[in-house]
Amino acid sequence: MRRPLGIILPILILIFWEIAAQLINNQFILPRLETVIPVLLDPTVNILGTGSLLQNAALSLERVGAGFLVALAIAVPLGVGMGWSQRLDAFVDTTVQLFRPIPPLAWGPLAIAWFSVGINSMVFIIFLGAFFPILLNTIDGVRGIKRTWVEVAQTLGASEGQVLVKVVLPGAAPTIWTGLRVGFGIAWMCVIAAEWLPGTTTGLGYLTLYAYNYGQMHYTIAAMITIGIIGIAFDLLFRSVEDRWFAWRGLER
Amino acid sequence: MKLAVHDLSKVFVTGTGERVPALEGINLTVGDEEFLCILGPSGCGKTTLLRIIAGLETPTTGSIEVDGQALDGPSRRIAMIFQEYSLFPWRTVLENVVFGLEVQGKSREDRLAAARKYLGLVGLGSFEKSFPYELSGGMRQRIAVARALATEPAALLMDEPFGALDAQTRNLMQTELQEIWKKTRKTIIFVTHSVDEAVFLADRIVVLTQRPGRVREIVHVKKCPHPRDRTCSDFVEIRRHVLDLISAGSSD
Repeated sequence: MRRPLGIILPILILIFWEIAAQLINNQFILPRLETVIPVLLDPTVNILGTGSLLQNAALSLERVGAGFLVALAIAVPLGVGMGWSQRLDAFVDTTVQLFRPIPPLAWGPLAIAWFSVGINSMVFIIFLGAFFPILLNTIDGVRGIKRTWVEVAQTLGASEGQVLVKVVLPGAAPTIWTGLRVGFGIAWMCVIAAEWLPGTTTGLGYLTLYAYNYGQMHYTIAAMITIGIIGIAFDLLFRSVEDRWFAWRGLER
Repeated sequence: MKLAVHDLSKVFVTGTGERVPALEGINLTVGDEEFLCILGPSGCGKTTLLRIIAGLETPTTGSIEVDGQALDGPSRRIAMIFQEYSLFPWRTVLENVVFGLEVQGKSREDRLAAARKYLGLVGLGSFEKSFPYELSGGMRQRIAVARALATEPAALLMDEPFGALDAQTRNLMQTELQEIWKKTRKTIIFVTHSVDEAVFLADRIVVLTQRPGRVREIVHVKKCPHPRDRTCSDFVEIRRHVLDLISAGSSD
């Protein structure tokens, strides 16, 4: 029942969009549906010399992937350590709280100064966006481990390393996975903005701004819709894995 | 195996620095293949005593010896069964039962053979591929028992293992545990606050006083043969004596 009900409003929005576009009759303020849809249906056509919609999407995804993987590689081990050891947590937590409220994009100028224009500065910004949700969820997941699980393992002869690998990691995995899903979502938003940084000449984010500069707003909107579709697709992918691997979550007894 | 507790005491220090004595001057021995119940009101430190024997807590004073050797930390010869939440929810039943052998580095074949043997013993051989959340409370505890037995420990420690079960399942599990004990001849130390459970299961019952826990009396139940009839006169008599000990202890 939820889904059929939920689909009504988007359809209404599309209808009002088309009516409004016809009334306004200005392609720059609001392009008509029939100018946007062909762009989406033919994603391999070169747009204003920046490459096709697909090529730009692939480049954006590549940047997100790189920044996300770096964040994962640092945040998960650090989070496990902080969740497991109160000393490490006390040592690092204040720093985390100080840096966390700074929006990743605020690092833009420094990123360019440090890494110069190009993929590295973008990866750095994406890394910052994905890092904190992954870290905080990992810490939470490790702290949520039932003490009995750890003690059972100890009484059966597990070493501390075995407890970490065979009990703490799998026990915290569902929460870590939530962190990865949220982190990827934020990383995806960051890449769009990171592509607005000076010196960038590709990517879906760049395309939105570039098409605007040429008054080609239907390309901007087509890029926006593509960004949304890719975001939804990855969220669904993460969720389906969650349902399959972590069916036990919330059913611990 | 023989297990001896010498002059053991445990004092907890709270966050405000207050010292709370939990156990005082505990002396007891557990013989080979004996079924010992530790009985006492909640808060008497019986679980703490069991956790110290399991090596999960350290005593403030005193020591524990297993076959003449001092115990420090968890030992592979002693396995513990907890009240609840002890199965790993991300592992299937079979994967849970092999856990101990896995961390002890046994070969895959040995692990599977032992796991299947003990799953069969607790009557759950056909549930290998199930996950813990798909099973009832009684089944989960039987799997916990199989997991503990699979590592071939000399002693089993059980911390109110049937406390979270309904009365019927509980009685059934007590009978099954008796049979498993007879088949495997383990030394069992069983903590409970149920007088009925203790009298039904134990060779001897160690009755503890209220906090700080001391040994009030050790009651011999052996003259009642297994399987015990809860209505026979010996059973009722011992049960009344233990109840008297406990109620006398709480009115001190």
